Amino acid sequence: MTQGSRPAYEPVLTTHVGDANAYTLESYLQKQRGYDGLRAALAVAPNDVIERVKASGLRGRGGAGFPTGMKWQFVLKDTPLPKYLCCNADESEPGTFKDHVLMERNPHLLIEGCAIACYAIGAKVAYIYIRGEFYHVQRILEAEIEKAYAAGYLGKNIFGSGFDCDVFVHRGAGAYEAGEETALIESLEGKRAQPRLKPPFPAVAGLYQCPTAVNNVETLCNVPPIMLRGAEWFAGLGPEKNGGPKLYCISGHVKKPGVYEASMHTTLRELVYDYAGGIRDDRPLKAIIPGGSSVPLLLPHQLDTPASFDAVQKAGSLLGSAGLIVLDDSVCMVWLAMNLLHFYRHESCGKCTPCREGGDWLYKLLQRIERGEGQPKDLDLLFGVASNIVGKTLCAFGDAAATPVLSTMKLFRDEYEAHVREGRCTLPAPWRSAQPAAAGAH
Amino acid sequence: MSFHPEMDYVPARFHRSERALAVPGEPFAFTPENQAKFDEVVARYPADRRKSAILYALYLAQGQLGYLTAAAMRHVAEQIRCTPAEVEDVVSYYTMFYTRPVGKYVLNVCRTLSCALLGAERVTEELSRSLGIKPGETDPTGTFTLVEVECLGACDRAPVVMVNDDWHEGLTPEQCAAFVATVRSQGAHAFTGCHLDKEKAQGS
Repeated sequence: MTQGSRPAYEPVLTTHVGDANAYTLESYLQKQRGYDGLRAALAVAPNDVIERVKASGLRGRGGAGFPTGMKWQFVLKDTPLPKYLCCNADESEPGTFKDHVLMERNPHLLIEGCAIACYAIGAKVAYIYIRGEFYHVQRILEAEIEKAYAAGYLGKNIFGSGFDCDVFVHRGAGAYEAGEETALIESLEGKRAQPRLKPPFPAVAGLYQCPTAVNNVETLCNVPPIMLRGAEWFAGLGPEKNGGPKLYCISGHVKKPGVYEASMHTTLRELVYDYAGGIRDDRPLKAIIPGGSSVPLLLPHQLDTPASFDAVQKAGSLLGSAGLIVLDDSVCMVWLAMNLLHFYRHESCGKCTPCREGGDWLYKLLQRIERGEGQPKDLDLLFGVASNIVGKTLCAFGDAAATPVLSTMKLFRDEYEAHVREGRCTLPAPWRSAQPAAAGAH
Repeated sequence: MSFHPEMDYVPARFHRSERALAVPGEPFAFTPENQAKFDEVVARYPADRRKSAILYALYLAQGQLGYLTAAAMRHVAEQIRCTPAEVEDVVSYYTMFYTRPVGKYVLNVCRTLSCALLGAERVTEELSRSLGIKPGETDPTGTFTLVEVECLGACDRAPVVMVNDDWHEGLTPEQCAAFVATVRSQGAHAFTGCHLDKEKAQGS
């Protein structure tokens, strides 16, 4: 790997995931100093744990990049109400599959992270909200949680410290929106996964109206290493304010798709060409989506951007969930927007009108243009509808749904115009169906 | 879920009787094993928050019956101590609950971008051809239901198909006909499962 003058990066979270028994408690104890991080946390006051996480600069790995230590600090302390930790394992952002690997191959890291987070915020119960489709992962996770209980790392009076902690897995049932933190809480309460009006934020009134912290799987997996090796070590792994190990999910037209761990010094070019082996059949790169389907596209000339929260944002996109979707020159951008709008239209929770109706409207317009039946005025309409969704919904879903349209129209408007002018898709690819069965399904 | 079913927007279609009602179904109750499982899981939540176990209860009922009938939803409502309307509210939102009978194998083909870039649209097309059914339909023998779903979260192993609680990964359009034949003859052994699982099996 070309990493310039930087020392070679040593994986932290995924060092052993390739081992046959990586998921077992024995392997975790032997190779990763398992549960020593929890031991170290219990030796200090909860507030010291929060301070250490704050000092490390750990930022939420779910998409927003919000500082985790601050999130924990906001959790209301002076209250008779119980506090809760919810782990967001509803990994559903298109192009993202990092939590999948962590839970399946390194479940004890997450379990330990949950226990430390519970201790820090004063919670006794953590619920891991896992998406319903990950049932095979859930079975592994639940079996390992049982072993952690049996070994005394969960349950009553852990390490004789007087700290009690229960971790339960809660299975979702197929809803992208459940990945939004307040929608996740609603779903955990047994309702439709629809977001709440904020404020109050979950830190004040979350699960069962009690103070709650909601953290992504990868975020919590970073906590035990911070307790073990210290905040300075963690911060030093990456650029300023973008410290720590990061998992990148690379999919689409690359030779070696997969999850790769690297520091946030790594550039997008290194990720695509060195880690993922370059573009399939050595075709030219057309664009990449750097952070899951909800973020704007980046063009080949922007590949030297470091894949950090701040640098990607400066380049005009977002690192989001670090799901890189790589697109070669066979991808029609109108088709791409249509494919993603099918997703957002289907997954909209329906609470806010701009998102529910706007998403459907955008999809129908894109279908018409892609079929070659679009008119010149449709392009302005498309832009107008998308622009009017942005900023007008309770959660970020609305903005996310408009992004594929706004971003492709900005960068590839000529393709939209060609579709309208020639009355057909100007870039039909062999890997697409001539007549997608999904045209009217669902 | 989707708020936009394809329908003709003519007044005649808006008669009240056209509302999709749940299948009434035979009288339903959890088996003793399922009742025990439910009682264990509901205890994970505060005593006054039984509703948190609603998804779990629905999975149990669906596992027992294959799909959710009105009688099953009423039973879940009694267990949760809420109204049947609240249960229907939840059932109609989440995509993993069925309110009509489905085949023995429900082929959930991921259709979102990363899978689509590697041929998911054609996978659906080929499966549809091999099975003689369109997405959303069940074949006459009740063996297969074909469904298109959104991102399954295994984009590096595209195109991905979830079959009931099992997975099959890297299914190319060319393999579809043979895949269907193998599932018919060998059942669940035809699935690759999670590819990480497979690596684990090879390594140990």
